[in-house]
Amino acid sequence: MMLLIQVAVLVFVAASGAAVVLTRDTTSQVIGLSFYGLLLALMFLIFQAPDVALSQITIGAVALPLMFMLALAKIHRNEKQRAKLDRGSSSSTEKAA
Amino acid sequence: MRRRSRLLLFAISALVLLPLFAWSMCDLPQFGYYRGPYGDLLNSITVYERHTTNVVTAVNFDFRAVDTLGEESILFMAVIGVALLLRRTAGEDRDRDDSSKENEESDAPPPSDAVKVATMGLVGPLVVFGLYIVLHGQVTPGGGFQGGVILATAPLLVYLAGDLQTFKKITSHAAVEFGEALGIGAFAGVGFLGLFIANAFLRNVWPLGTTGSVISSGTILALNLCSALAVSGGFVSAIYSFLEQTLEMRMEGDKGHR
Repeated sequence: MMLLIQVAVLVFVAASGAAVVLTRDTTSQVIGLSFYGLLLALMFLIFQAPDVALSQITIGAVALPLMFMLALAKIHRNEKQRAKLDRGSSSSTEKAA
Repeated sequence: MRRRSRLLLFAISALVLLPLFAWSMCDLPQFGYYRGPYGDLLNSITVYERHTTNVVTAVNFDFRAVDTLGEESILFMAVIGVALLLRRTAGEDRDRDDSSKENEESDAPPPSDAVKVATMGLVGPLVVFGLYIVLHGQVTPGGGFQGGVILATAPLLVYLAGDLQTFKKITSHAAVEFGEALGIGAFAGVGFLGLFIANAFLRNVWPLGTTGSVISSGTILALNLCSALAVSGGFVSAIYSFLEQTLEMRMEGDKGHR
């Protein structure tokens, strides 16, 4: 029975890890990464490493995705600003032409 | 073209590495096979020698506490690096003022009252739970690192509740950085205590107490508290550095409305 659970959680971790890699949209990739971190913590728990599981939950499922999310928010904001600036400059050149 | 060259690179490296990988897989020990004697040794002596029921914590904060001191320093330097890279410069301020209005539109709507009440109500239990994990590191799974990160997420709940002023007040407080520095300094200080009393850095020199009670295991508990202080301070200031980047504009926008 224990072996069955172990195999199942290993398969889940492998599948979600592959899913994170294959996701192309960065925002959903971070959500997937968080889910993958939770599954990894579950795996550590099932393999009798509760200390590592706790660290994994706090770092892998919370802190790491949070930092990615904040960095992505910053990047998207910058991109939006740049796009707006580009639009502004192109319209002004059209007027000049 | 780029895709094709990438596939070519993959094919070549797979051709070389796959047989090596398969070869190494053949030589792996059986699933669950345990080779070394150290784990068994630690399992049998830790409870008697250190009065700690959690062997992992005993390894991290006693037998190999120097390693942990190194890890704490890594975190400390990483947080300093983040704060240094994300510090505000004069030019950035001007950019922000120009763009504060247009960014306001794209921001998410304010949280509902239900979300506010639920998250604010969770702050207290979360702090208690974090302290519990920190203090019981020598008895049950957990310890200074895990508990410290849990404590550091408490201000985030305040942020999720939409109370930006309070969030800023907590995270930008001078006590956060002071606590981080004090934590790592006290960790090394406990180490020097062992050096002076028993001629070995980070030697467990305090009375060990009763096995299984919160106040036990000598310096392991003290080092747990130190690392909790360092870790929670480090994470809060790192989170603050990151969030500050996106926060400033919203704060200005809020003030404008009022």
